[in-house]
Amino acid sequence: MSNVTYISGKEPHSREHRLIFRNIDRKGYDPGLKCYLKDGGYEQLKKAVTMEPKAITDEVKAAGLRGRGGAGFPTGLKWTFIPPTNTKPVYLICNADESEPGTFKDRYIMHQDPHQLLEGMAIACYAVGAKLAYIYVREEFPHAARILEEAIAEATKAGFLGKGICGSTFDLELYVHRGAGAYICGEETGLIESLEGKRPYPRIKPPFFPAVLGLYMSPTIVNNVESLCHVKHILAMGGAEYAKLGTPNNTGTRILCVSGDVQKPGYFEVQVGKVTLGEVIQDLCGGLKPGRKLQAVIPGGSSAKVLRADERFKLKRGDEMVEIGLEDIPMDFDSLAACGSMAGSGGVIIIDDSRKISWVLNNINSFYAHESCGQCTPCREGSLWMKKISDRIVAGKASPDDVATLESVANNIEGKTICAFGEACSWPTQSFIRKFREELVADTREELAGVPVNHETTLAAANLKN
Amino acid sequence: MSVIAESIADLPPTDSFLSMSLSVPADIEKEIDERITHYPVSRRSAVLPVLHILQRHFRFLSEDAVSWTAAKLGLEPIQVLEVVTFYPGFRQEAPGKVHIRVCRTLSCAMAGSYELLDNLCQAAGIDASRMGHHHPFAVSKDGRFSIEFVECLASCGSAPVCLVEDELHERVSPETAPDLLARYS
Repeated sequence: MSNVTYISGKEPHSREHRLIFRNIDRKGYDPGLKCYLKDGGYEQLKKAVTMEPKAITDEVKAAGLRGRGGAGFPTGLKWTFIPPTNTKPVYLICNADESEPGTFKDRYIMHQDPHQLLEGMAIACYAVGAKLAYIYVREEFPHAARILEEAIAEATKAGFLGKGICGSTFDLELYVHRGAGAYICGEETGLIESLEGKRPYPRIKPPFFPAVLGLYMSPTIVNNVESLCHVKHILAMGGAEYAKLGTPNNTGTRILCVSGDVQKPGYFEVQVGKVTLGEVIQDLCGGLKPGRKLQAVIPGGSSAKVLRADERFKLKRGDEMVEIGLEDIPMDFDSLAACGSMAGSGGVIIIDDSRKISWVLNNINSFYAHESCGQCTPCREGSLWMKKISDRIVAGKASPDDVATLESVANNIEGKTICAFGEACSWPTQSFIRKFREELVADTREELAGVPVNHETTLAAANLKN
Repeated sequence: MSVIAESIADLPPTDSFLSMSLSVPADIEKEIDERITHYPVSRRSAVLPVLHILQRHFRFLSEDAVSWTAAKLGLEPIQVLEVVTFYPGFRQEAPGKVHIRVCRTLSCAMAGSYELLDNLCQAAGIDASRMGHHHPFAVSKDGRFSIEFVECLASCGSAPVCLVEDELHERVSPETAPDLLARYS
């Protein structure tokens, strides 16, 4: 990395380990093909097309790469789910519908280093046998779509996409498909429905596992932008060498996106599990704002369960169970899961003591109420009720019982819907109530207990802004 | 022939009847035709891209645009309309000359996006009380600006942010709302 210089003021932090973001904010770097080729661009694709496809999948499996979109599912394993007896065409879709609140990493890859993504995708397509691939870009990234289309045109002209890639018999058609502002399109089967030109209602699994019955009822691999970029680096380093980065079962690097109440919010590519949450806040982000205390952290996008600043967690260290505080949680998939939350999409939202918890929860509930696709009743109705009840709490028009009602609505969504949106929308409410019940109840009014509620008139005069 | 069957038989064929009243310039239709080739397996997949091109040109999607798209792709109009009404990115009413989308979600809200929205509305002369679920955006009286409160724009590290047409503006302090509008006047 020593030969790379960065734009003044945007240099990576010394704790960072940049693979995917190596060229982000790099001095003199542009998204053109020429620039990409100067630095060994498409060398891994050239190598890939001389390999057995299965050998590439094996490298990705050996690397232990886990999906960077949210679920953390092993990427190589996902690829092997295509039935060996399959005779239908196979498709690959890059999920660039980055919309989990708190997440902002893929946008920089697409804007500043689009060929890295194209190379990763082409290698992945070769590995899974896909000849047609799409990048599903959210509509709110109009420049990313344009930059990617220019990059595709350049790469096709240079023989890195299209027919007979790098002199081999491998053909690949690759297109950009723009979404239209719906969060649910980030759910892979919703995304597939959307790409088929329909409302993005997620499909039920089984039988519609994308690797078996995906786009046009054919085997389809859906991978996140960051995950696909890693494929290139895994091939360059070798799976075993890549797996030495990070920690066991949580290998490689990942981009943490930090926002909220810190001095220097931003993106940081670190080895998975080699940095603790406390180090993220103190070292990477320059600490909290002056005079403020930490109240809570949402560690993996808004769907991840909230962590309370003074919570204690039990983690396994070797054979021993140790008790740690929030600041000592290693930022990896397994540790965050063991602490009752998740690493999710890498979006870390820091909340200090200046924030009213009811307001934070209400903001999140408003998001999910807006984004529920409406297909399953518990989620369609429940997400809206969660918003309405938390509206009421914020407005000071709720009775203490409302907190329990809110919790029961969340409990009746989780596990009762076709897709994971049900969990995504109920986990914030469940975790906020479990950890901040007193704070929420304090915002309610005892004298309203048992008083019938007319939602519209109750809130007509209420100011929900803070 | 039953009465119903007779009355149906009197109707002109679906495509000509539905696509008459939208006048799509030749270059736009050419762009649309090229875009459809990106979907060799199913024309229906081109619904979103065709609607995007039409919305870019006409600024919103009229009933005629829906019918035109359906005829173009060999679909029933309802198959296009259900897409238009689902996705927040499609509009069925005309926005202002400059459409502004302010991010409402957590990190931006913590950084002042509610104040930013208020200030933008005030500077543009927009009555924000008209905004709601069925009218996601409101237009200024002079038609120059329209403003919409949208969900996460995925730029939380530089909150608060807003999209003015295709341009992302980052770290927009609420006090600078009038300056932002002035850049588009």
